[in-house]
Amino acid sequence: MSLVAAGSLECKFENAANPCGFPAAGSEIFFFDDLVSWNFLGTTVGINKVTILVAIAVVAVLAFFLYAFRKPQMVPKGAQNLGETGYLFIRDGIARDVIGKEGDKFVPFLFSFFFLVWTFNVLGIIPFAQFPVTSVFAIPVAFALIVYFTWVPLGIYRQGFGGFFKGMLFPPGVPKPMYILLSPIEFISNIIVRPFTHAVRLFANMFAGHLLIATFSIAAYYLLTLTVVGLLGSVASFTMAVALTAFELLIQALQAYIFTLLTAVYISGALHAEH
Amino acid sequence: MSNFLTGQLMAAGGENEPMPSVLAVPIDELVVGLLAFFIVFGVLAKVALPKIKDALAARSEAIEGGLRKAEEAQAEAQRALEEYRAALASAREEAAAIRTQAQADRAAIVEEARVEARAAAAAVTAQAEAQLAAERAQATSQLTRQVGEVAVALAGKVVGQTLTDDARVKATVDSFLADLESQVAQRGAGA
Repeated sequence: MSLVAAGSLECKFENAANPCGFPAAGSEIFFFDDLVSWNFLGTTVGINKVTILVAIAVVAVLAFFLYAFRKPQMVPKGAQNLGETGYLFIRDGIARDVIGKEGDKFVPFLFSFFFLVWTFNVLGIIPFAQFPVTSVFAIPVAFALIVYFTWVPLGIYRQGFGGFFKGMLFPPGVPKPMYILLSPIEFISNIIVRPFTHAVRLFANMFAGHLLIATFSIAAYYLLTLTVVGLLGSVASFTMAVALTAFELLIQALQAYIFTLLTAVYISGALHAEH
Repeated sequence: MSNFLTGQLMAAGGENEPMPSVLAVPIDELVVGLLAFFIVFGVLAKVALPKIKDALAARSEAIEGGLRKAEEAQAEAQRALEEYRAALASAREEAAAIRTQAQADRAAIVEEARVEARAAAAAVTAQAEAQLAAERAQATSQLTRQVGEVAVALAGKVVGQTLTDDARVKATVDSFLADLESQVAQRGAGA
């Protein structure tokens, strides 16, 4: 911080530990105070920004698709056309492509995940919202748990308890002694680690993206002083924040796609024994 | 950074309230996530998506139905054309058969007519010949008798006496007539 002319700097942030130091964005930007809270069965239940954003996203997704598909026309136009593109993307691009013939049954499941996750992600760059609710770990965990408790029972139901675990833990075409090594790895990777990675992949991407945008945005404001260095730093930081916002737009769609694609892959694995 | 995970960071306000870990999963937020998904899934799966699924199915049905109808129409047209061709060919065959039959019939009729005509002609000829023969025979016998009488009358005049009832004269006349007849016959055969 010695580059900043100390004399001209006003303290824009009050930081007890380091007065006038750069207040790097930390985990505190992922926690919000409850706007309303009340006691529910001994625990405090509150409504904060995350709750409100989740509600807005749910309403937005439902409103769009209920409107788009309210009265489907033979020749689509407008919102129906857009919604249909989304529907066909999930049906043909994910469900049929990954799961196959039976994929059509899982289209609503995959469709809901994709558009809800995407909307949650996009909230990160919507002005005033500016917070991707998928960067709250509990949200991806909730989704990953739903997926986990869908494909595991589905696999047991379709392949039988023994068949399901045999197919997963003892993949064919492997020399028998290798199972000593392979089976525990398969068990850990599929049954224990899989839901965790499924949730963390989405969470970490959104978390990191939000942190980066926040950091550069804070820097753009923090460095804005009437000095050459301050202006250069501020403009550079602001440019980075804008570029990262554009990059996030890509990542948001990509992560929603990856989450949905993996869901389809897990369901497919549950329906058909591995080969 | 380890503060993220352990949650020991102090709240921004500087109060002594420990900041929870970002990897903490509070039950209420988990419930919010679950509810969010199940509301969206429930409504979309029950209300919105069946409609668009039906619409897409109806559309592909309409397109496939149109194609199928066109194919059916084409097949129908092809079948009609083949039927028409078959009918035409059989009509031609029939016409040819009728023509052949007619020719055969005509030949038969002509032949029959010819045979009948010949028979009729033969009958007429035979009758005419028979009549002619009869007339000639009659004429011959009449003439013979008249000639005989004339000859006898002439001879009687020549001889000056009546030889009418004489047996010899009669025998002479007969033999003369027989000669004459045989001469006539010879001449006839010669002619």
